[in-house]
Amino acid sequence: MKIPKLLQAVLVLIGVYLGFILVFDVLLDAVIPSSVLAMYMFFVAAGVFMVFTFEEDGTRELVAPIKALVEEPSRRLIRNIVFVVVPVLAGAGTYFQMVPSLDAPVELRSIHPAPPTAIKVYGKRVNLLKLENPYRKFEKEDPEKFKELVAGGAKVYIQNCQYCHGDKLDGKGPYAAGLNPTPLNFQDVGTIAQLQESYLFWRIATGGPGLPKEAAPWISSMPVWQNFLSEEEIWQVILFLYDYTGRRPRSWEHDG
Amino acid sequence: MNLCRLKNLKGISTVLAVGILWLLAGDAFGAETASATGVTGGYGPAPDLKPSDYPQVAGVNSRVTIWIVAQLHLWFAAFVLAVPIFVFIIEAIGMRTRDKRYDDMAYEFIKVSITAYSLTAIMGGLLLFCLVLFYPDLFRYMSVIFKDSMFYYALLFFAESAVLYIYYYGWHWLQGGFRKWVHLTLGLLLNAVGTTLMLLANAWLTFMMSPAGVDPAGVFSGDAWAAIHNFLWNPINIHRFIANIAYGGSIVGAYAAFKFLTASGAQEKAHYDWMGYNANFIAICALLPLPFAGYYLAAEIYAYSQQMGITLMGGLFAWLFIIQAVLIGTLFLSANYYLWCGMGRSDGAKRYYKYIKYIAIVLIGAFLVWFTPHTLVLTNEELKALGGPYHKYLGPLGIMPAKNTAVNLMILFTALSFMFYRRANKVATVGWVKAGNAIQVALFTTGILNIFFLGVYHGYFTNTVYKVAASIPQVLTTLIVIVASVVIDSFMYRRSQEAGPLHWGRVPPRSQYALFLLAVSFTWLMGLMGYIRSGIRQHWHILDIMRDNSPDAFTPTLGYAANVVSLATILFMAMVIFVFWLSQVSGSKTLPDGYWKE
Repeated sequence: MKIPKLLQAVLVLIGVYLGFILVFDVLLDAVIPSSVLAMYMFFVAAGVFMVFTFEEDGTRELVAPIKALVEEPSRRLIRNIVFVVVPVLAGAGTYFQMVPSLDAPVELRSIHPAPPTAIKVYGKRVNLLKLENPYRKFEKEDPEKFKELVAGGAKVYIQNCQYCHGDKLDGKGPYAAGLNPTPLNFQDVGTIAQLQESYLFWRIATGGPGLPKEAAPWISSMPVWQNFLSEEEIWQVILFLYDYTGRRPRSWEHDG
Repeated sequence: MNLCRLKNLKGISTVLAVGILWLLAGDAFGAETASATGVTGGYGPAPDLKPSDYPQVAGVNSRVTIWIVAQLHLWFAAFVLAVPIFVFIIEAIGMRTRDKRYDDMAYEFIKVSITAYSLTAIMGGLLLFCLVLFYPDLFRYMSVIFKDSMFYYALLFFAESAVLYIYYYGWHWLQGGFRKWVHLTLGLLLNAVGTTLMLLANAWLTFMMSPAGVDPAGVFSGDAWAAIHNFLWNPINIHRFIANIAYGGSIVGAYAAFKFLTASGAQEKAHYDWMGYNANFIAICALLPLPFAGYYLAAEIYAYSQQMGITLMGGLFAWLFIIQAVLIGTLFLSANYYLWCGMGRSDGAKRYYKYIKYIAIVLIGAFLVWFTPHTLVLTNEELKALGGPYHKYLGPLGIMPAKNTAVNLMILFTALSFMFYRRANKVATVGWVKAGNAIQVALFTTGILNIFFLGVYHGYFTNTVYKVAASIPQVLTTLIVIVASVVIDSFMYRRSQEAGPLHWGRVPPRSQYALFLLAVSFTWLMGLMGYIRSGIRQHWHILDIMRDNSPDAFTPTLGYAANVVSLATILFMAMVIFVFWLSQVSGSKTLPDGYWKE
């Protein structure tokens, strides 16, 4: 038996929707956000429409049941039912979308705030556009010294940072569950691997209170580390973050 | 014709006014700045402005006014710069093939752009008035640095007008033999002048983003070339040049669709269907390299300023970039849908229908990756379920390597759609068809694997500099596969037989709406990206040199910005429809019985 085109289109859409749920929520155990799913389904529906209507015969077959429903006198009863049920469903959908809930509102929060051109730290003005990690050069020039610096950074990290950012640098430290937004996961390819070292220096040295006003509220509980760590310690901990995760800082120069 | 002349006179007078005002403004302001700073023969620093330095007109929001006027000017300018480029190409094709249809089509295109040219000049004049009125100190500072280029800009406008009018009005006069060559040369000259105008205007706006030739206080060194040849000038030049062609193609495509849908006879429908196809072809050709030019521009912005780069794509404007991604995807989908619908013109196309769904699956799959946000909007329940705002599987799709891989696939499969369209009405007669097809399949397969390898390996497992650099071999792979496949196709179908006559005009009306969608998406996209490009300076008129201290010196919310851009888009589309309607009116005649004395 040949399945009518309209039913085929509906089945494809339902299949794709359930496929997303099955893959993300069940198999991968990482829920697909409803906002993403809605966007995905909108364009999947657009694609289905395109495939089913690009040629005339297919289009006629697709719209035939709808046309018959609207035009044929013999379908009066079902037409009236559809004309009542569809607006009611649309109304109900709108109502449940708009009805106020007790949940906290969804926040659109940028992962990377843009850094200022210059900042004031340790009593001096620092130009972030030109700032470089003074220890990075030892990676090639003196690997032994570089190793020591990384070890120094590791010590600083374990003593100060792992409580929130975790001993695996995955943002899952013992205090992480109590924080919102949760601490940054340095293992994620979308975090420190995307950034220059000067950016990390800015974020560590000035912490939550040093975040820019744009796209606020940031509500970050990151301490202002320039009050607790020396400039050298911050640069060392930055070396450690990249070394441990195996990421490279964003730069415009090729490795040798 | 009288109406047309009247419009042209209006255009000329506006240009004249703009030019004179510009000259006066440049001289007067230059002198004023020099005397105000007490520097004889030298230049003063950029002014430190107070809110009271910005004149206010009651009931007028100066920023929104200048925003909309500048945007409208840019849209029309893009259109009138782009149309002569492909009018030149089409005229040349007509000369080579001696097919008069091409010449007629080129003439019709240039006819449409004449009215748009007047509107460009009017909007340019309005923009200048708004600048002088609402931001006098900024304009004064800029006109001191760019006084020479502004002067030549005004002169070039006269040259542009003169060449355009000879080119348009002399179309039927300069026909045949040497005369036609003279006409084609005029077309080339028109494009050279138009492109130079664009390059000069680009220098002014890129100077505001990446100032050069000035010291940190904004004191001009006197080297005008350094100010023009600033860090972002060439990336913008390349991006705008390609985008203008694609945009012009889409607007003319919309014109053809408008005429197709309002056509009464089959012959007229066939003509405008053919015109729409050609316009869409040009738009797609320019659209294919556009994402690469855009990526190059964004990478250069990031290289110039980490702050602007992050604001652009990772920070404040990240969600506008998602809308941008959606619109770019829509362009690809519309262009493909138009091609698929167009296969109905041929009786031999049915052979290829079975492949369309697979192309659609790849296109939609790549599109979903293309617009997957890096910053996810999560409900509290989702946040809890994920254990934080980072999604293990969707997160990696939010950054550029995934986007580059996706867009290369979209481009490859759009090219495949086009190849199927071209083959639809042909039957190859050469003996090596199977081998040719096998080579093409191998090319596509290897190309896709290479694009994936470059995207995944360099994108996620190497230094950022290699990640950015990997986009170049990705692009080259895509281009090689497309060019090699088209070359093989052209040899394979050289002495092909026709599967049947090609039925121009035998396309469903919805294909024409795809052309409209293409034009509207382009327009909206340009407005949105124009705002982002300008907005990433945030509270600076000229980045790090001249601060914006006007009452409007704040970055509007995303919704507000999107509304302004949408309003400007609606205004522009309304004006474009007016232009289309005028072209329709200019071709109609009424015979008033008994009105005139016999």
